[in-house]
Amino acid sequence: MTTPAITVTHLTRRFGDFVAVDDVSFDVQQGEIFGFLGANGAGKSTTIRMLCGLLRPTSGTATVGGVDVGRDPEAVKLRIGYMSQKFSLYEALTVDQNIRFFGGVYGLEGERFARRRAFALDMAGLVGREKSLTRELAGGWRQRLALGCAILHEPPIVFLDEPTGGVDPVSRRQFWRLIDHLSQQGTTVLVTTHYLDEAEHCHRIAVMNAGKLAALGTTRELKQVFEGRPIMEVQAPSAVVAMRALDAMPEVEKTSLFGTAVHAVLRSHQTTAERVTRQLLTAGVVATSVMPVEPSLEDVFLDLVERTSA
Amino acid sequence: MRKALAVGIKEFRQIRRDRRTLMILLFIPVFFLLLYGYALNFDIKHVKLAVEDRDLSPESRRLVSAFVNSGYFDQVASVTIEQEIVDLMDRDHIRAALIIPRGLGRDVRRGVPVSVEVIINGENANTATTVMGYASAVITTESARYQMAAPGSPAPFVQLEPRVWYNPDLRSSLFLVPGLLAYIGMITAVVSTALAVVREKERGTMEQVRMAPIGTLPFIVGKSLPYFVVSMTAAVGVVLASMVLFDLPVRGSWWLLLLAMGLYLFGALAMGLFISTVAESQQVAFQIALLSSFLPTMMLSGFIFPIASMPTVLQIVTYVVPARYFLVALRGVLLKGSGFLAVADSLAALMLFAVIVTSLATIRLRREWA
Ligand SMILES: Nc1ncnc2c1ncn2[C@@H]1O[C@H](COP(=O)(O)OP(=O)(O)OP(=O)(O)O)[C@@H](O)[C@H]1O
Ligand SMILES: [Mg+2]
Repeated sequence: MTTPAITVTHLTRRFGDFVAVDDVSFDVQQGEIFGFLGANGAGKSTTIRMLCGLLRPTSGTATVGGVDVGRDPEAVKLRIGYMSQKFSLYEALTVDQNIRFFGGVYGLEGERFARRRAFALDMAGLVGREKSLTRELAGGWRQRLALGCAILHEPPIVFLDEPTGGVDPVSRRQFWRLIDHLSQQGTTVLVTTHYLDEAEHCHRIAVMNAGKLAALGTTRELKQVFEGRPIMEVQAPSAVVAMRALDAMPEVEKTSLFGTAVHAVLRSHQTTAERVTRQLLTAGVVATSVMPVEPSLEDVFLDLVERTSA
Repeated sequence: MRKALAVGIKEFRQIRRDRRTLMILLFIPVFFLLLYGYALNFDIKHVKLAVEDRDLSPESRRLVSAFVNSGYFDQVASVTIEQEIVDLMDRDHIRAALIIPRGLGRDVRRGVPVSVEVIINGENANTATTVMGYASAVITTESARYQMAAPGSPAPFVQLEPRVWYNPDLRSSLFLVPGLLAYIGMITAVVSTALAVVREKERGTMEQVRMAPIGTLPFIVGKSLPYFVVSMTAAVGVVLASMVLFDLPVRGSWWLLLLAMGLYLFGALAMGLFISTVAESQQVAFQIALLSSFLPTMMLSGFIFPIASMPTVLQIVTYVVPARYFLVALRGVLLKGSGFLAVADSLAALMLFAVIVTSLATIRLRREWA
């Protein structure tokens, strides 16, 4: 196995008394797509900003592309691309002027710049629209252009902080195709997201909660927390009433709302769907359907957040 | 430096598309030029007067009391040689001086016409014109009294011989333009630079730029150079426009003028950068800029209110207002035709201000970026 692209050991960051990132350790392999999940304020952006050399760790170390971030943040910057959570292009400039600016500050010149410019335009699907003002572009194009500008200098490691926030599903899919493509070419991608369907694209996922690393692994590994705790999906005319009835049953560990349905986590495989249906009837709830389902990432996420917050 | 250039070009393009900034940079100076040039008028009383009475006769004393009793003049000094008047005037302790020639009493008694000299500081043309009107009225009244005593005499006995210093033709533009230049410098440099940097923080583009391998210095240089060029252009534009519209003279050298403007703008840009390292939002930046540079430039530089007539505490504050030194240098170069040595003090003060504020801004920015 090759050396990891990113190694994080006991990384901690405080803001005054508040611990935004609390003793976090993990590795990211080269070419891996590493997903970062967590509620608002969990500390994802703070972690990324430390890895990028934008913010000094309070304690702990992080090595990115072989360079110690705390010791030489400037050297790290040459090896990585970063797309910040806030929208990060100059809206008053045209597509081409943005590319030129970022090419300029990254010191790209001549033939190399021309090649990378063509690449960024092509990747964003903006060939022929070089003169459009960036503020007039639709969200999906802007996001792809921002990615293009962030990786103009061909960094081996890329950090993307909520790159698909506020973008329509089709554009999100296109964006993820680009991420997959980067990873296939050997680029390491660390990406945060609130969309759990996107997380399924990641090779491995880290879930952060209140500054701590709550779980880490492949999707399959993460779903193993539901080993011996089957999930029953219940549809009923009133999900809220059904939820209350389910919560009252001793066989049910906990419930959560999934759209119009309720997911009930059971304490053992002994409890069948028929039994749940019967119990619900006794409680006066007529369920339209009760059936066992595979745990989704959302189940995992909610479960983790609940347990680590308790 | 190629990277600084990339930042500079980007900034230029942003300025061109940003209507609000352009408005501040170009419209406001014109507005003020017209407002002050044509509309503003000051009502004056208690003009500080120095008297040099070479005659010391009852008639000369009558004339001095006539000036004081008119209510328009306050005698603040009696002098014996003209050099003292020069000193008092240069330090803004007096705005006018009355020189009564030897033999006034004798000549008046004999019915021989005499001339009385009144020297007026002409920097503020509006004030000077008014003061001259008052002096003329006082003297005409006095003269008429003697004429009645000696009927049949054709010419007025006492004549006013006015001399206006610094701005002999009494044009208000000459007072206005230096202040306006100081104002433009502050507005363009401080406000636009501060806003430009804070805007990048707000929008998140700052983080993106910080990720690029670009040092603080190229960033600062690239970021402020366009504003330097634009405000320098606006300043030169105001000078040229005033030369055409108001016949503003440039008695000193253009190089000295550009040097003074350059140093002043350098300090103002640094001020803007410094504010941007303190403020997190454009609103806060704007307010700090307003309080720390715009208002002092208007109020504490000697542009609108003469420094000499301020309370002592405020006078002390004016020492850290760069516009104060800038105005002295400008009035010197434009109106008095001063050479380098005469304005060297002011230029040095401007330089000092610029260097100190730049260092502060760089230190703060480094800390923020580390
Ligand atoms: N510069 C700062 N000063 C003080 N507190 C900060 C600072 N930056 C972040 N925090 C706090 O640290 C916590 C973690 O913030 P962070 O931005 O890392 O969360 P996040 O996981 O990225 O959340 P989101 O999903 O909303 O982007 C938050 O409570 C935030 O208020
Ligand atoms: Mg975040």
